[in-house]
Amino acid sequence: MNTNKNSYTFIYASVMVIIVAFLLAFVSSLLKPMQEKNIELDKKKQVLAALNIFEKDAEAAYAKYVKADQLLDAQGNVAAETGGFAVANAAVGEQLPLYVCEVEGETKYVVPLYGAGLWGPIWGYVALNADKQTIYGTYFAHASETPGLGAEITNRDKFQVPFIGKKAVDGEGNVVISVVKFGKVKDETVEVDGISGGTITSNGVDAMLKNSLGFYKPFLTKGACAAKACEAAQCAADSACVESVPAAKIEVVNQ
Amino acid sequence: MSLFSKQNMEALKTPLGMNNPVTVQVLGICSALAVTAQLEPAIVMGLSVTVIVAMANVIISLLRNTIPNRIRIIVQLVVVAALVTIVSEFLKAFAYDVSVQLSVYVGLIITNCILMGRLEAFAMANGPWASFLDGIGNGLGYAKILVIVAFFRELLGSGCLFGYQVIPQWCYDHGYINNGLMLMPPAALIIVACIIWYQRARHTELQEEQN
Repeated sequence: MNTNKNSYTFIYASVMVIIVAFLLAFVSSLLKPMQEKNIELDKKKQVLAALNIFEKDAEAAYAKYVKADQLLDAQGNVAAETGGFAVANAAVGEQLPLYVCEVEGETKYVVPLYGAGLWGPIWGYVALNADKQTIYGTYFAHASETPGLGAEITNRDKFQVPFIGKKAVDGEGNVVISVVKFGKVKDETVEVDGISGGTITSNGVDAMLKNSLGFYKPFLTKGACAAKACEAAQCAADSACVESVPAAKIEVVNQ
Repeated sequence: MSLFSKQNMEALKTPLGMNNPVTVQVLGICSALAVTAQLEPAIVMGLSVTVIVAMANVIISLLRNTIPNRIRIIVQLVVVAALVTIVSEFLKAFAYDVSVQLSVYVGLIITNCILMGRLEAFAMANGPWASFLDGIGNGLGYAKILVIVAFFRELLGSGCLFGYQVIPQWCYDHGYINNGLMLMPPAALIIVACIIWYQRARHTELQEEQN
């Protein structure tokens, strides 16, 4: 057979392309359900990681700790009790998912983050305490940052743990947490060391926190004790506030 | 010809030493720069390339008499790309953690010149079994260099091996500093060059004749 003939070359190429296309489409549709399940499970693990929970059975742990995946409206009110989980991190801003969680009897809010690193997208979750200001835990991930440099944002002990206990948002809802150049932390309460050699990725995390948390400003200021318009109903739910509310009002709430 | 004839074993063994894909054939340098900042991705990449080269070699070797000469590179490319995509889909479905680890490297495998180099130089002219051994040998030869380079880069660049701190804290207390250059791609070039230098100095038959 003459394999150098034009007609043979054309037929060979066409048949090859059709076979490969069918094969890829078949494999893709066959494995899709399993892949989606894995992606879902991975997302649950990420939310749990922000809550500093690393239990083996992520499915059960998620059901145990995450009480609701709410959707907020632009005013910071709850628009839907469920549906937040289905929102991709990339769409945060257009929609505002919020995970309401309960760890050891305390309420935690997990907010999804999304931003840009050096080579590609970075994302993560930040868990805030019930005061909606201090950080309870963080989780960061990336698509293609440089191993050993920018990719170190996934290093829990080195980069993620230092965020714990820092103030993310002030009483007016401004994002105060910053990632600064490595070794240049001045204010321990709101600054975290970046990664030396991974400046652009570190800056990306900084911008991501400011940007994504910024979307939640109406929610984060709601019921914040520093705000003067702190309504009794909201404050009563927040134990730290109770003292500042007149006793008479608390009685009203309790009825 | 028996399965483990001298010729076949040579196809398996020489890439590990005297015909190493990176240091002698000078293939796959680009990915050797990209994934060797730490040991773990280097090993994962080395093993993935080994599997894909072996599989692609077998397929191309089986097809070798039917492939039209003028589009053979495209045929090789399609085979490699399809294989890599299928493997990556399977990983996503059955070993999600591994696929997250591999992330960008899966794409890099397609562009790895070792694949095209071996398909063109070996699989197009040899039987499937010999091609399979050649693929395994070249993959492992590539992995070997990657691991050596990554060992030095991770140790000197971040003081760690496999992410665990190995350079004790008192060294840092006494003024030792990690070498930031080691984490940058040029460090891989320097280390690869040192390996080539060492190999050619020891094996004079690799050196070109002096004019």
